[in-house]
Amino acid sequence: MRRRAEVVLLHAALVAGAVLVLVPLLWMVSASLMPAGEATAVPPRLLPSAATLEHYRALFTRLDLARAFLNSAGLAAAVTLIALVVNSMAGYAFAKLRFAGRERIFRLLLAALVIPAQVAMLPLFLMLRELHLVNTYAGVMVPGLASVFGIFLVRQYALSIPESVLDAARIDGAGELRIYRSLVLYLCAPILVTLAVFTFMGTWNDFMWPLVVLADARLYTLPVALASLAGEHVQDVELMMAGAVLTVLPVVLLFVGLQRHYIAGIMAGGVKG
Amino acid sequence: MTRRRRIDPALCFVAPALGLIGVFFLVPVVASLVLSFTDFDIYAIADARHLRLVGADNYATLLRDPRFCTALRNTLYFVLVGGPLSVAVSLGAALLVSARLARFRGFFRTVFFLPVVTTLVAVAVVWRYLYHPRFGLLNRGLALLGLGPIDWLGDPAWAMPAIILLAVWKNFGFNMIIFVAGLENVPERLYEAARIDGAGAWQQFRHVTLPMLAPTFVFVGVVTMIGYFQLFAEPYVMTQGGPADSTLSVVLLMYEEGFRWWNMGHGAAIAFVLFAIILACTALQLRLRGLKLGEREVATAPVGRRGAEEAGA
Repeated sequence: MRRRAEVVLLHAALVAGAVLVLVPLLWMVSASLMPAGEATAVPPRLLPSAATLEHYRALFTRLDLARAFLNSAGLAAAVTLIALVVNSMAGYAFAKLRFAGRERIFRLLLAALVIPAQVAMLPLFLMLRELHLVNTYAGVMVPGLASVFGIFLVRQYALSIPESVLDAARIDGAGELRIYRSLVLYLCAPILVTLAVFTFMGTWNDFMWPLVVLADARLYTLPVALASLAGEHVQDVELMMAGAVLTVLPVVLLFVGLQRHYIAGIMAGGVKG
Repeated sequence: MTRRRRIDPALCFVAPALGLIGVFFLVPVVASLVLSFTDFDIYAIADARHLRLVGADNYATLLRDPRFCTALRNTLYFVLVGGPLSVAVSLGAALLVSARLARFRGFFRTVFFLPVVTTLVAVAVVWRYLYHPRFGLLNRGLALLGLGPIDWLGDPAWAMPAIILLAVWKNFGFNMIIFVAGLENVPERLYEAARIDGAGAWQQFRHVTLPMLAPTFVFVGVVTMIGYFQLFAEPYVMTQGGPADSTLSVVLLMYEEGFRWWNMGHGAAIAFVLFAIILACTALQLRLRGLKLGEREVATAPVGRRGAEEAGA
């Protein structure tokens, strides 16, 4: 009997937790479908009286959020692609290639992880200003192209590549670049998917740096555009919720689809080390 | 002595990454330190000849600046209350989703993790409405319990708790996953031995689970603290630091000083004070736990530990 009570209690707690976690997200979706004014009704409504897509239409026609959406998608894709190449090359080299100072450089990189990104922001902005990269897509991208975390992730994975496989390729006369391209990338594919998911989501969700570096509203990423709309359209709750759904939905879908890889990345970075 | 002419191919592999990190991160960090000893402002942006070295003036001004002290106090409030709360909720959730009696564990794990991947700005916009004193769902829920209403974001006493609540909701899933992994590493035989000794559920938790999770706590504690010190988007979107500066954070102040008023020297000093505090707190946490733990266990969380030793001690 006691065990039965435990099971009931446990599931009650799980369900209660899930409800608390989901309510803000479900309300966001529900409110985005409500006719204008309904989300601010007193007492509050949980569901729309009649679902409407007018706010989503307004986002794309009146507010030009489609542009911000494309900016975000394009930037996140480009950063992901470059970061994959740059970090996987470095990660592989730190794991398997010998060069002077390898361990020391790697430890230095790990040490740099405790420096908050904000410390670099002011001079980075001034530097990009000199390079005429402020208020450009490239300016948004540069800080995310190479990451210590990405290098670390690939290195830990690449350590498990057997030396014999690489040596066999070398004996066959393959150059280092060829080995990397046709062997290492293939063997590291699982962790590269993880890295890609992390980088894409990180770039998509990033707020402070794009806010700093972008001045032209036509270049805004979704979070920056949304934050700026949230200032102007405080009263249009339903419209803002539609904007929030548009911002959150792609990353949530990406996560649900690829969560195995995403979780694997946290484990690799956090626990196994 | 013969030197090979050919460049080591390994260097070609690391050069792009190291170059990017060096140019766009390490150089700016050093430049930031230099900047913090200058009076770099909007005139210096126009013409660098206006730039003067002012020694530690920026730092001295900060200590006398009541807004900086407020920002520091608010940030410490957020870190010291929000951090432990966040970790506690994560551990609770981890225990629930790893309970052997629980069904649909994968489903609940995914649900609890969902807020982590959402865009902070978007959920901050959503929560701003949830916190609305009149039509917000939160006050509605409190009213059902006979409580409230609370003017969450309009009352200086409640604004920071409101931001902490959002942060806990948004972040607990991340640490939960790390705790779940830590729990899986606890050998089953330890629980068996404890049960044979007559330990109940609470005693098993207290004397087996918690000690075995010690290395996980170090990692989670350090990572959460570093992240929480960088509070920015929540107050930027929800309160703009108000009401009455009650949610003004250090990073928000740095942003305003540096990028709104272009007092870059001043902003850089703020950034460095924050960095120094993060470093000190990281070292302190590791020292406190390290002494208790012993080397082997701590070594399971090498990122934080090595990082701090290298940069700090």
